[in-house]
Amino acid sequence: MAKGTISFDWVTILIYLLLISFGWMNIYSASLGDSPSGIFDFDEIYGKQALWMILGLFMIIIILSIEAKFYMKFSSVFYIISLLSILGLFVFGKTINGATSWYGFGGVSIQPAEFAKVATTLALANYLGDIQTNIKLFSHQLKAFFIIVLPALIILPQPDAGSAMVYAAFLFPLYREGLSGIYLFLGFAGIAIFILTLVLGPLYVAIAVIIISLLSLLQKKKRRPSPLVLMGIIVGAIALSYSVDYIFQNVFEQRHRDRFNIVLGKETDAKGIGYNTNQSEIAIGSGGWIGKGWTEGTQTKGKFVPEQDTDYIFSTVGEEWGFLGTSVVVLLFIFLLLRLLFLAERQKSTFNRVYGYSLVGIIFVHFLVNIGMVTGIFPTVGIPLPFFSYGGSGLWGFTILLFIFVKLDSERLAF
Amino acid sequence: MRRLLLYIIIITTGFIFLGRLFYLQIVDESFARLSEDNAIKVVYDYPQRGYIFDRNGELLVSNQPSYDVMAIPRNVKPFDTAEFCTILKLTPEELSKKLDKAKIYSPRLPSIIVPQLTKSEYAYLQEKMRKYPGFYIQKRSLRDYQTDNGSNVLGYIAEVNNKIIDNNPYYISGDLIGKQGVEGQYEELLRGIKGVKYIQKDRFNRDIGPFKEGIFDTLPKKGKDVNISIDGMLQAYGEKLMENKRGGIVAIEPATGEILSLITAPSYDPALLMGRQRSANFTKLYYDTIAKPLYDRGLLAEYPPGSPFKTINALIALQEGVVDVHDKFSCNRGYVYGRGRKLGCHAHASPLDMIPGIAQSCNAYFANVYRRIIEKYPTPQEGVDTWAKHLNSFGLGQFLGYDLPAGRSGKIPTSEYYNKIYEYPTYKWFATATISNAIGQGEVLMTPIQLANMTATIANKGWFYTPHILKSIEGEPISDPDYTKKHFTTIDSEHFIPVIEGMHQVYKVGTASALQIPGIEIAGKTGTAENFTKINGKRTQLTDHSIFIAFAPVDNPKIAIAVFVENGYWGGRYAGRIASLMIEKYLKKTISRKDMETWVLTHSLEDEYLKPLSGEPFSINK
Repeated sequence: MAKGTISFDWVTILIYLLLISFGWMNIYSASLGDSPSGIFDFDEIYGKQALWMILGLFMIIIILSIEAKFYMKFSSVFYIISLLSILGLFVFGKTINGATSWYGFGGVSIQPAEFAKVATTLALANYLGDIQTNIKLFSHQLKAFFIIVLPALIILPQPDAGSAMVYAAFLFPLYREGLSGIYLFLGFAGIAIFILTLVLGPLYVAIAVIIISLLSLLQKKKRRPSPLVLMGIIVGAIALSYSVDYIFQNVFEQRHRDRFNIVLGKETDAKGIGYNTNQSEIAIGSGGWIGKGWTEGTQTKGKFVPEQDTDYIFSTVGEEWGFLGTSVVVLLFIFLLLRLLFLAERQKSTFNRVYGYSLVGIIFVHFLVNIGMVTGIFPTVGIPLPFFSYGGSGLWGFTILLFIFVKLDSERLAF
Repeated sequence: MRRLLLYIIIITTGFIFLGRLFYLQIVDESFARLSEDNAIKVVYDYPQRGYIFDRNGELLVSNQPSYDVMAIPRNVKPFDTAEFCTILKLTPEELSKKLDKAKIYSPRLPSIIVPQLTKSEYAYLQEKMRKYPGFYIQKRSLRDYQTDNGSNVLGYIAEVNNKIIDNNPYYISGDLIGKQGVEGQYEELLRGIKGVKYIQKDRFNRDIGPFKEGIFDTLPKKGKDVNISIDGMLQAYGEKLMENKRGGIVAIEPATGEILSLITAPSYDPALLMGRQRSANFTKLYYDTIAKPLYDRGLLAEYPPGSPFKTINALIALQEGVVDVHDKFSCNRGYVYGRGRKLGCHAHASPLDMIPGIAQSCNAYFANVYRRIIEKYPTPQEGVDTWAKHLNSFGLGQFLGYDLPAGRSGKIPTSEYYNKIYEYPTYKWFATATISNAIGQGEVLMTPIQLANMTATIANKGWFYTPHILKSIEGEPISDPDYTKKHFTTIDSEHFIPVIEGMHQVYKVGTASALQIPGIEIAGKTGTAENFTKINGKRTQLTDHSIFIAFAPVDNPKIAIAVFVENGYWGGRYAGRIASLMIEKYLKKTISRKDMETWVLTHSLEDEYLKPLSGEPFSINK
């Protein structure tokens, strides 16, 4: 096939357009004041978002008209610029809602962390796509981790734990490219021990770990783990459990403890720390089958749900569009993720595949944590819903991230 | 596996989210209700309750404003409790108790702290209110009674109880509802429809405007003003005459079926069941189980009708063709109907036919007439059932269907009843076993309103309108077919002529000749009914009930009346006098026989009512 054939994946583009349009309708409803003005009133949140969306469309055209190779070649440059921009926040940053994550330019604020994800994705794809990189080698693993963790560590103390957490998404491309499954296993086991410790206390976790380990000795000799490994696992797990307990009780601040306790069902305080989640559940729950209709949500109008145009935008969908609306949004995300995964798998180059997997991982983690939080399954972690939440930086960050991949995919046969 | 893992995780997440959303939005309804609670405030706008006028347009019941002191506990700030308590006549302990109670109910919602201030208390407090943050005054509308009478007719207003709230979605806690009488019967007419406003609130509980631009809001509809058929003047006069007596009076306009007065004695001032003392007064009236002031004797008391019932036996006999007006029967101080069994009678000329029979209220005459009715048929069962059917056509032995919420069916015995008590067919029974029916004793029971309706039916010569209390709504006469359709009895109208003549003679020469009203021709019938009570399980006879029915003027009846006076002895003694005075009052507006009026007003039966309670032996009919 000829070089430079243009065949964009229109399925992805269509889902993207559906999500941002429906997202804007919900932002409009959630931010509607007492006196509605034109949809391009830039004093209003929905007006600003409309502007970001239209500018975003121009940006897409630019992204799609640049040759795919450009992104690969300049990935390191982007990465370094990104790191500098998030480091610069410590000096020049503007604080909004307690987090110093923005640069202010006149009336416009930019959140560089949203763009750092794109740069990190490009950098990781570039590294893993290098013919000399072998992810099975420990030194190479370490280097890959370094690329991922560096921006996360800079973002974390801003403080923006939510954005930092998203970098866990890069485990998916690493695993796909051959990282040992033991990393994923240890990750999940660590999370399981973490939660069980908070719910049951370290003593019970220790007992459970010992019993399970002893049960593994009943297996056939061949499959039986060596006593040394077993001992290591037991000691490690128990040590983790006790340190989690210690960290939770002594290192965490009360507000962090509260957030976990709410989700774990240990405390229910509808007026206090659980207020956000509680109001969000009420708004979603009151939607019923088909919702109360666009701009008719009583909870939305009363502004009962905090941050409803940003992190809690999904509760507006729930209240005004009901189960019909929420399931359509969930299914759109699932289709988008599966489509992108399918596209990633059909890439010929490692660079493209790693990029695709990173893209899917990042959108998925946002989707998982955001909707999990809004529906009360996960603790409250401030993280937006891609394409939906209000915010120019977020919208542009995801748009760039997605459309670079659309461009890569369209030229996949050119490499 | 490396390729599939992310697919699996994504799809699993999708299912978990859809499941969670299904649970939140469809399965668990508590969230939907919670939403209505916290985002929408419902405010009700109560309309004025309709006024009640009497048949002549005299205002009986209107409204007056009442002021409740309300508090929203969360907004209450420290204040000068001493002064506040002095104004409201509370002790500081009472106040703090009320505030604690309000806080437990809800810190955010208003609670009543002191209900129903008087106008002067309100005027004084109003100026000081700004000194008490968190407190405010709420205006409500209460009934204002322009009459001291007719509490049984008017009914009263009370707060709805939980049972009403559960059964009728219109009412919410704290709403007022009409109970008993006209207020209860025509609640929906009088109350109007309350308006409702849905107000969208924000998370600080502030109003931010009408919900959905007010498309669900409704305006209140004012309650309708009504005229009732009661003549306020006659009602007041009747209640005055019945002071210190017990019993019931019902007066009906025969041509329309309108109830002119409905009196029960003892009675009470309707204003007692209103305002701050309502509940205390109600309890007092409710627990007076001896005089039973809340018991409407005009509608609920079932008495044996006594001699007035003879008129109807005469009508049935004529209709059945078993006697002629001129058939004579002899009376030798009574009627002997079996070995040693005699229905006694008083001294009068004998033998006599129908007109003097009614005028002299001869028991022997009516025993003969009754036997002929029953014995016309091959079996006494058929006879009694035919007799009962005629009585049913007068509205006796069944609910009359008038528009007041209290009533009794009375009792007209049938063959089924006698078969049961005489254990037929094991034992046979004959007309003589039911002979007391001839003179309105025995098994027959009637309420005063049934007796009054019977009288009106005789006055109309064979038809009646169902008695009713509502005359017009906002000036429009009622058109309900229940009250504007004539009911015809099974008696042909020609048979009424001799009976009415007999009743006329009651006044001219008979048992009520002392009760004539100068210038008014009356037809009436005295009655004296034996009655019994149980004292320590022993059936004990009490002084007879005094009963009277009458209508006047004879040739153009304007009023038909039935009077029962418990233990008033013979018919002419209390009931006859009261009926006569009320007829004169209604037709002439003034009383010419002051001595008769004075006699009734100054005579009390309280001593009579104490007899069975005294625990000592007593004599009756003195």
